[in-house]
Amino acid sequence: MLKDDNRKAMIDKVMKEHNYEESSLLEILHKAQDSYGYLDKILLTYIAKSLTLPPSHVLGVATFYSFFKLKAPGEHVVTGCLGTACYVKSVDDIMTAIEHDFNIKRGGSTPDGKLSLFITRCIGACAMAPNIIVDDEVIGKATKEVVVERVRLALEGGGRRR
Amino acid sequence: MKLADLQKIAEHEVDFQRAYKHRINVCCSSGCVPFGALKVLKAFEDAVKEFSVEKDCKVAKTGCVGTCSVGPAVIIEPGDYLYQSVTPERVRETVRDHIVLGLPVKDMLYHSEDFFKKQHRLVLRNAGKIDPSRIEDYIAMGGYSAIVKCLATMTPQGVIYEVTRSGLRGRGGAGFPTGQKWSLVARSHSTPKYIVANLDEGDPGVFANRTLAEADPHAILEGMLIAAYAVGAEKGYIYIRAEYPLAIQTLQKAIVQARAMTLLGDSVLETPFKFDLELRFGAGAFVAGEETAILASVEGRRAMPRPRPPYPANSGLWGKPTLIQNVETLANIPVIIQNGGEWFSKVGTTKCSGTKCFSLTGQINNPGLIEVPMGITLREVVFEIGGGIQNNRPFKAVLVGGPSGGCLPEALLDLPIDYDSLTKVGAIMGSGGIVVIDDQSCMVDTAKFFTDFCVEESCGKCVPCRAGLVKVQEIFNRITTGDGKVEDIAALDKAGNYIKEASLCGLGQTAPNPVLTTLRYFRDEYLEHIVDKKCRAGKCFRNLVKEEEVEDQ
Amino acid sequence: MSAGTVKLKIDNIEVNVPEGTMILEAARANGVVIPTLCDVEGLTAYGGCRMCMVEIHGSPKLFASCVTPVSTGMEIVTQSDKLKEYRKMALQFILSERSHICSVCVANNSCELQKLANELGVDHVQFEREWTSFPVDSTHDFLVLDRNRCILCTRCVRVCDEIEGVHTLDLKLRGKDEQVIVDLDDQWGESTSCTSCRKCAKVCPVGAIYVEGEALSETKDKNVAKFVLSRRNR
Repeated sequence: MLKDDNRKAMIDKVMKEHNYEESSLLEILHKAQDSYGYLDKILLTYIAKSLTLPPSHVLGVATFYSFFKLKAPGEHVVTGCLGTACYVKSVDDIMTAIEHDFNIKRGGSTPDGKLSLFITRCIGACAMAPNIIVDDEVIGKATKEVVVERVRLALEGGGRRR
Repeated sequence: MKLADLQKIAEHEVDFQRAYKHRINVCCSSGCVPFGALKVLKAFEDAVKEFSVEKDCKVAKTGCVGTCSVGPAVIIEPGDYLYQSVTPERVRETVRDHIVLGLPVKDMLYHSEDFFKKQHRLVLRNAGKIDPSRIEDYIAMGGYSAIVKCLATMTPQGVIYEVTRSGLRGRGGAGFPTGQKWSLVARSHSTPKYIVANLDEGDPGVFANRTLAEADPHAILEGMLIAAYAVGAEKGYIYIRAEYPLAIQTLQKAIVQARAMTLLGDSVLETPFKFDLELRFGAGAFVAGEETAILASVEGRRAMPRPRPPYPANSGLWGKPTLIQNVETLANIPVIIQNGGEWFSKVGTTKCSGTKCFSLTGQINNPGLIEVPMGITLREVVFEIGGGIQNNRPFKAVLVGGPSGGCLPEALLDLPIDYDSLTKVGAIMGSGGIVVIDDQSCMVDTAKFFTDFCVEESCGKCVPCRAGLVKVQEIFNRITTGDGKVEDIAALDKAGNYIKEASLCGLGQTAPNPVLTTLRYFRDEYLEHIVDKKCRAGKCFRNLVKEEEVEDQ
Repeated sequence: MSAGTVKLKIDNIEVNVPEGTMILEAARANGVVIPTLCDVEGLTAYGGCRMCMVEIHGSPKLFASCVTPVSTGMEIVTQSDKLKEYRKMALQFILSERSHICSVCVANNSCELQKLANELGVDHVQFEREWTSFPVDSTHDFLVLDRNRCILCTRCVRVCDEIEGVHTLDLKLRGKDEQVIVDLDDQWGESTSCTSCRKCAKVCPVGAIYVEGEALSETKDKNVAKFVLSRRNR
């Protein structure tokens, strides 16, 4: 069961605004992820019931789009932009350095849940390529050294982002 | 608000702005904000107060001017002085010298004059000049006068006639004639009708649509209004990438303002014409840019393309006639209505009128967002606007059209940029990405990069795209790790052509383009990889290098 | 010729069919066999397997016959060297995509994929096979879902939604990672929506969904959708 709290009230409000229409599923998933950080089974079940959609349909949609996360991300999140411009500017080398230095794989998190490493297909800041996002900060014209140092700082700083 | 009121607002706003001697436009788009644009904005606001010039000097938060690699960018009018890489520390000095003393700070001015010389800004007419968060700014530039003209003096058929006459073709990639598309939807009898504006810029390396939305959101809204009037639609959706928070905010604000002025709603400008719109958010699926997939996504389903017919013009959203148009196409519409289709048809080439926005990136001196007339050559774009290759390295190729585009060699640099010329050489216009690469990039590796992208983004519905691309990817993995065979070249060619011909949607049909064009123009690099196990750019065979290193130790 | 009838040629045979008929149906109705995999009569056409591609005189493109409506004067070619080569290529892509080893498969000798491969003479696969392992679900009392043998034709998903009406099954993820799921990717045995109607097993062209302990030659019946619809419309 989904706990009664502000976050649930927020989703309820948005679903009501959309008249519980099937077609609002993506909007609801966006709101749910905004509020909860990721989409777990309890949340998806609740959304499916509220919109009277088959659960398999809801999961099918949630997993089709790479923006939706079905697992909790780490405390700190590093996202590498793998758009063409960034690729041409060797963003891959920076990603490999992060993987190596922090013992983490793309798309995964460290076992202690401190750090997640994601890739995104283009954040649209191509003229500043290569771009790496550490927590909420975009590092443009990034280099291995700068990014690794920035991640280290974030991890040492502890605490939750935001 | 009535039709005539708009004119008054425009006049009032122009007078209001004329009261200022200077206007300082600080670019606060997604390209500049991460690099301190908001701090620069604040610094300018403080500095004009410090020097007591706030009555002469309007500090405005604007959209992108295009020089995204040297942000934050600031323009000081009059004279259009463009400052690059502005830091809050140097703002005080800039205001003192430029505004108070009248001496522009030379060492901060943008480094290249060529960047703007060959550009022709129709779509980006207001980008960097107006404050996108103020509808009055847009109106003062003549904004919404085109919809007024339509409502007051033109029939829907008349609007379609002008658009057809303009020769405008869809800017989303395929280049379908816009006027023709509009008449198809207009002729459909079923109601209600819908409009979907495509702002799901999925091409990695392209940011033109985002920039447009951030810099001039009302141009998109006005384009949609005119389209809606022409085809008889009463509801619109802007389908935008969730990864574009600033563009979303800007559009949301624009919609609220437009509603407040009755430009949207049950009775647009107190006429019987009714139109309103909503934003819908994409969620990271390249295929959602395909026109039947975008419909599925707006309806809240998996963005899987479906076979056509039926075409969306007859059966789109919820089975109703739907006009799907890229936002860049829509932003052209007000200009066409204001100046007439005939005027527009004279910009660009005879077969391809108008301009095209490109995100110009890669190993180039002046990356950024540009808008050029159709028919300009790639050489002009790369070497004049783009300022040539960084560090004077040799040019190798230009990738036109994103992951479904083509990799074109030096020999094709004099090719004019238009839909047909690009298709002929195996590339596509796509949504407007030009990535320039130098000798540090490997063409086999580049084709592999795009294949990897398409494998990730394939929706999985049809066999050629889902399973075929994986096989192509495997062949690339072999070639780039030293296990390539000479037969692989023929296998890539065969599989590529099959995927191109047999796939269900545009994604699959164009996915092999990078492979096929590199095979066509850079075959020697493939042979080098396969026969000599050598990569001249040093990108491939990294596994082998590592093994050697291990042996050395 | 009455209004609403379309006259065209399929493999040089002149045929008359009602307007709106798909090429595949028109061919079938006139005894012309076009190979298919994702198509099941009675279900919404999917257009995914691309086996039913045909050539239309005057166009350089290929058309999936299951989703292309007929029009007057069309001259359709359903068999040519190019089509044969492309169909063989599609089969090879499918065969190398997941684990399709006939000798160890429950569907051996009652498999539509195997049958097509035999008919088209695909006796070897020139591509490397993928060996990614996908989960097998045998928690249901008698239905088994082996995702390693799935060809993603979505017949089961469509029959579950369109005929049985419960939409227990759907696809998750996309592209090569796509998989058939039960509810929220739950174990089939725990499904609250599944009615255990077996239609998914009946229409599965391969051995991806089957009824445990029953000979597939007896359980398979891809006419189930057509049959149910005809009963319903009575």
